[in-house]
Amino acid sequence: MDNPEAAVILRGMKTDSDILIVGGGLNGPALALALTRTGQRVTLIDTLPEALRKDAGFDGRAYALALASQRLLKAIGVWDRIAGEAQPMLDIKVTDGHAGAGPSPFFLHFDHDEIEEGPMGYMVEDRHLRRAFLEALDEEAGIIQVDGTVVEQNTGHSGAEVVLADGRTLTAKLLIGCDGRSSGTARRAGITRTGWDYGQTGLVCAIEHEKPHHGVAHQFFMPPGPLAILPLTGNRSSIVWSERTATAEAINALSDEDYLAALRPRFGDFLGEIRLAGKRWAYPLGLTVANSFIAERLALVGDAAHGMHPIAGQGLNAGLRDVGALAEVLVLAARRGEDMGAAPVLERYQQWRRFDTATLALATDAFNKLFSNDNPLLRLGRDLGMGLVGSVPALRRGFLREAAGLTGDLPRLLKGQPI
Amino acid sequence: MVNRMQASQSTVDPAEIAKFEAMAAEWWDPTGKFKPLHMLNPCRLDYITGQIAGEFDRDLSAQVPFAGLRVLDIGCGGGLLCEPMARLGAEIVGADAAEGNLPVARIHAEQSGLEIDYRHTTAEALAAAGEQFDVVLNMEVVEHVADPLSYLTACRQLMKPGGLHICSTINRNPKSFAVAILGAEVVMRWLPRGTHEWSKFITPDELIDLLKNSGVEPVDRKGFVFNPMSWRWSISDRDLSVNYVTASVKPD
Repeated sequence: MDNPEAAVILRGMKTDSDILIVGGGLNGPALALALTRTGQRVTLIDTLPEALRKDAGFDGRAYALALASQRLLKAIGVWDRIAGEAQPMLDIKVTDGHAGAGPSPFFLHFDHDEIEEGPMGYMVEDRHLRRAFLEALDEEAGIIQVDGTVVEQNTGHSGAEVVLADGRTLTAKLLIGCDGRSSGTARRAGITRTGWDYGQTGLVCAIEHEKPHHGVAHQFFMPPGPLAILPLTGNRSSIVWSERTATAEAINALSDEDYLAALRPRFGDFLGEIRLAGKRWAYPLGLTVANSFIAERLALVGDAAHGMHPIAGQGLNAGLRDVGALAEVLVLAARRGEDMGAAPVLERYQQWRRFDTATLALATDAFNKLFSNDNPLLRLGRDLGMGLVGSVPALRRGFLREAAGLTGDLPRLLKGQPI
Repeated sequence: MVNRMQASQSTVDPAEIAKFEAMAAEWWDPTGKFKPLHMLNPCRLDYITGQIAGEFDRDLSAQVPFAGLRVLDIGCGGGLLCEPMARLGAEIVGADAAEGNLPVARIHAEQSGLEIDYRHTTAEALAAAGEQFDVVLNMEVVEHVADPLSYLTACRQLMKPGGLHICSTINRNPKSFAVAILGAEVVMRWLPRGTHEWSKFITPDELIDLLKNSGVEPVDRKGFVFNPMSWRWSISDRDLSVNYVTASVKPD
């Protein structure tokens, strides 16, 4: 609370909107669209001017959208705008690789024919997803879009207000922070965070390759960290490559040619000759979880609530689960006549998402620790484990449904149902 | 900013207002004294809103689905049902025989920016004054009254022809004794001891007969069931063993 006196003032007020969303990345617009479609008055605040956000060159970044996430995007009118540019992931092959020694003989092979729902997910380029969101937002007259930076926020008995750098004040019944791992919304509300650094950095790039990928996603687990090769449209793939931070920094400093030379031996030549198809990116990997997902008249969504290790591409998928859950909780509350920003309503969202998120964060962390290790016993253990999972169809289907985001207490939007 | 957001203040003594504000905060604290009511509330509201929407053909996703409906909440307490009804657009009267509840409910409605007509009165007095409503909410009251039939008759008099009467209460059997009295009052201390008198509890069949005798036509009955695993209430078609609710209409 920046101004304790405001708590006394914020009462009995008529607000500009029902819901004020801070952060125009991907979760913010998704939530705005989901809520507007059910009749809520939504204001979306972003710091980037629209012209900047619409920059359309391929920058090498892409998302692995789980099937459940794709369903949510369809329900909010975004998916049909990118369907033509999405690459279905038909198979996932998981291999315990070892640099220089080639992949181990045990590997997991997940074929989408084993689950009835279809492909387990889609690869979508960042630029296409952002463009689709912007188009959908612009066509939705109900959403008020504001360019600005929040410099102050206050919450009180019956509402929340934010003050922008240009002096404007906006009010709503509920303030939602979708403003990323270093969420200012959470910080201003006094919500502390727990987390740690993995000492690893994710190197991300897109490559063009000579041979087709046939829609197969590959994940190699190697001692320094995992390497994922995820199919993009055409003869292109997205590479997510984790290394110890010192190594990653050294690799990132190389010329494009030397960078490729470092990448090639790590996954062999099954895709033929490769070259870069976009910029190179580096993200330090770490886990950061907000110690509460809610506060008075406030809720956190996506990385603002839980920034995860992106090992399995679960960051955006987990964010969209938050979106689906929060939208459902708020819309059902509104239909019952409850105050959407009241503590009992927000508590339902927190209960729904906090356990799920903590489990996923810890599982991802444990998974990464297990596989980022060269201990021969662990290596033998995981090779045998993979062989076991791979040979038992029920186990394999379980993994597959988990990867497709079809397990757990799914929000309606992620089941492809309206709220 | 300050001026625009300043609440309209009533002309009561500030010390009194502070006291009522503290009491309102208590009523509306989801983890406080009225926690069991807050836990049950979404479930009650799902039933009430669903029945009203069905009876009067309203769409709950509309902005103010209950616009034009006059609703009475008997035993309104801090306004846990009145405020949602007001938010859905109903013209709502909250009646409570306990005078102390009313300023508390009024302060909270004012803080929430809602218009609710709170009155210190009884169903019988409202009926005698000739008040008429589309919907009468009669939640967890009938087990506390001395003469249920004359009370339910007053409720019927308050309804417009074609009006809806929603009445919830607690069943009378060993399980309800264990859950509502031993569980809620003695073990969990959710409710003050002596809140309920078990012999006054009414079975669903008895309530249906009382409602028919009061002159309304019962059209639905459901259970409110608490699941201790999920720690949540839900509506059940079959399990009316402890808390249950009925809907009745007044013939045209």
